[in-house]
Amino acid sequence: MRPEALAAPALRRFKRRWAPQPFLLTAAALALLVALLPLGYLLIRTGEAGADRVATELLTPRVGWLAARSMGLAAVVTVAGSVLGVGTAFLVTRTDLPAPRMFTVLAALPLAVPTYIAAFAWLSSVDGFAGFWASALVLTLCCYPYTFLPVAAALRRADAAQEEVARSLGDHPWRTFRSVTLPQLRPAVAGGALLVALYVLSDFGAVALLRTDTFTRAVFTAFDLGFDRTGALVLSTVLVALTTILLVGESLTRRHDARYARVGAGARRPHVRIRLGRGRWVVALVLTGVSGLALGVPALNLLRRLAAGVSRPGSLPEIAAAAGNSLTVAAAGAALTMLLALPIGLLAARAPGPVAATIERLSYLTHALPGVVIGLSLVFFGVHVAYPLYQTRWLLTLAYAALFLPLAVAAVSAAAAQAPPVLDDVARSLGRSPLRAFTSVTAPLVAPGIAAGAALVFLTCMKELPATLLLRPTGMDTLATELWTHTTVTAYAAAAPYAALLVLLSAIPTWFLAARTGLLGPEGQDSEGWR
Amino acid sequence: MTALTVTAAGKNYGTVAALAGVHLSVPTGELAAVLGPSGCGKTTLLRCIAGLEHLDAGEIRVAGSVVAGGRTHVPAHRRRVALVPQEGALFPHLSVADNVAYGLDRAVRRSGRVDEVLALVGLEGYQPRMPHQLSGGQQQRVALARALAPRPRLILLDEPFSALDAGLRADLRRDVRAALRADGATAVLVTHDQAEALSLADHVVVMRDGRVVQDGPPTEVYAVPADHWVASFVGDAVLLPGVVRQGRAYTVVGEAPLNGGSGDGPVRPVTVLLRPEQVRLTPVDVPGAGQITGRVLRHDFHGHDLLTVVRLDDGTELQSRRLNDGPMIRAGAAVRVSIHGAVRAWHADEVPVTAEPVQPVG
Repeated sequence: MRPEALAAPALRRFKRRWAPQPFLLTAAALALLVALLPLGYLLIRTGEAGADRVATELLTPRVGWLAARSMGLAAVVTVAGSVLGVGTAFLVTRTDLPAPRMFTVLAALPLAVPTYIAAFAWLSSVDGFAGFWASALVLTLCCYPYTFLPVAAALRRADAAQEEVARSLGDHPWRTFRSVTLPQLRPAVAGGALLVALYVLSDFGAVALLRTDTFTRAVFTAFDLGFDRTGALVLSTVLVALTTILLVGESLTRRHDARYARVGAGARRPHVRIRLGRGRWVVALVLTGVSGLALGVPALNLLRRLAAGVSRPGSLPEIAAAAGNSLTVAAAGAALTMLLALPIGLLAARAPGPVAATIERLSYLTHALPGVVIGLSLVFFGVHVAYPLYQTRWLLTLAYAALFLPLAVAAVSAAAAQAPPVLDDVARSLGRSPLRAFTSVTAPLVAPGIAAGAALVFLTCMKELPATLLLRPTGMDTLATELWTHTTVTAYAAAAPYAALLVLLSAIPTWFLAARTGLLGPEGQDSEGWR
Repeated sequence: MTALTVTAAGKNYGTVAALAGVHLSVPTGELAAVLGPSGCGKTTLLRCIAGLEHLDAGEIRVAGSVVAGGRTHVPAHRRRVALVPQEGALFPHLSVADNVAYGLDRAVRRSGRVDEVLALVGLEGYQPRMPHQLSGGQQQRVALARALAPRPRLILLDEPFSALDAGLRADLRRDVRAALRADGATAVLVTHDQAEALSLADHVVVMRDGRVVQDGPPTEVYAVPADHWVASFVGDAVLLPGVVRQGRAYTVVGEAPLNGGSGDGPVRPVTVLLRPEQVRLTPVDVPGAGQITGRVLRHDFHGHDLLTVVRLDDGTELQSRRLNDGPMIRAGAAVRVSIHGAVRAWHADEVPVTAEPVQPVG
């Protein structure tokens, strides 16, 4: 046999395994490279600073103090948020609490309030509201939906039959809850708690406005004062390290998920709700109180200041200009993010394999990185490497793409699942060319999910604060930066209209999220994926 | 005229040979069933015929012209080979009518072909429905209509009934076969369900480990299986040691004429295949119905028939099937055993030693 006859199938096998779709793979790899640019550059710069310099910057009492504060804040908020989230989830799904759907919506809604707006609202209504415990309160009220939503969904999903079996074997209801239900919730609670911890570590708006010294605030201050840029860099690598530790923790808990799978098929029965008796009104009152703090305080405050803010001379053109800027940079950010996410998401869904899986996983790496870190790294990148981009909207767009790529990749993968490859096979077997099959079958099925993903990224870009503050061209103000500027000079009335607009815009993706988890529908109809 | 000819088809995934020299030929207008356990390469064969996979060796001809082989690989959309996948895979965003019309050119769409094929599969009036408004069986019917509509040279059915309830499956099988016949279509059905293959197909191709082990009409595959693995795969099998002398097989339960296979020649040890319905039992007090006796161990009652397990006096266990039409012999009773009809036998050295008898699936 000729050698090439032997080599040809081997080569084809190799290509099929490692490069299932060469064009898609190349595009995905390029997209990943762009998204990882800020992180990569940060590491390179830190490396250049040298070990001695890094050591002198790191081994100071101040860094230890910052680390203790950041971790302490993360711990306090995570514990408080988990208790609040799990408790509320249990009450709305398993007890005869009045108006459970209303309380579900109320418990999901704080996600729509960016932390810096909540901080602004508290700051402008309570004199001297600042410091560690102030930040802890505001962050807890903003973050508890992160545990509430997954735990409520898990409680809904848990098989009623398992609990009935436990009861039939002679368990007391509370014992059943402890021994059967609670262990099933562990992955949801752990996942939610880690989200909260990551969120607190990367939060900038609330801690900065409430003057709590954590890593994010220290990084920003070090950079903003301009005299200690290497210090800012080193501080942000510590933040990256803390984030990585949490992410590793998250992946370790995920491995346990498989143990809690529901066995067997068949229709799910609704759960029997625990009777609270007269206590249900007390519980309802407490939940109303929590929502009042989380939603009522910002809402009342905004309404109170809004009239004064809007009637301020010259405010309307200023608001219009900021809204215009917000819309354009967010649109550009969403467009670039989706452009990068498309090949990665399609590759993961359509051509699974070791390479595709690695690319997808790497694209999630920036997921948890604080906006401050991404912004700072890109400032350095602009100044030292790509000067023509510095002080342009392009660099800001790139930061949005790096920050929100995982959001978009998840949306694209979910959308691609709506058009399984077998439909493509059938279309081709019926005589349609690959291009025709794509335009007539795949595209119409995938488009709605991708559009929803783009909208989500767009709205998330609009409320992004720290990277926007660091990277916006001088003189360009967005809704978020105007709010920031006015609040830092205690011009609360002037800040109010921006806050109101931002809350309005942020409520939309929150609604999406709550609708997707199926918590708003009647029990038993869990919606899955994008509908 | 042959609609499909597969010659020495080979296909490897890494070091695993999914197809190792498959030969297959389907005459126009016939329904062939490719039957085999999961992992035998039958789905790979189907995807190679459809043009969704490249062949590593061999040749595939559809209606006489080469579509795969050597340097030729006609892409899937130019083969006119339509696919009916598992669970239908209807286009969820298109109505029933649009699904069926998908493979038709604009001019043909208005010719009434859509209504014609929908009538063939028994779904007149379903044109405006959306796929999610249909039951599983109805979705499969639409998928078949969609494949029939452009009058392809070949239709490939990939386990189309496996996701359906048993009751629904029988009806749908009958209707699918009728629709294929009425439209004069040639089809290849891939399945792991022997009952489906035997009841539906004009000829059955049994595959194992990437090879065709037998190819023939359903009755032949059942009565004269190529080896004892095929025998066990296509139905219940009682395998007994015996000898062949002058065209007759002799076993512990008696003698019977041979049906193909090892004929004349010297006396040699053989393995004899009995189907349970060939094993007849009579109460021991009825004289003249065989000399071999045994005791009834247990009954497996299936409603329409009854499978009885008997242990002979020498310890051999065998099964007997009869229609549920006579008085039941109670467990523990002594019975006489006899063989009815011709049997299949292989020389003992023909029987692959490593091949474990496989229980038929489904």
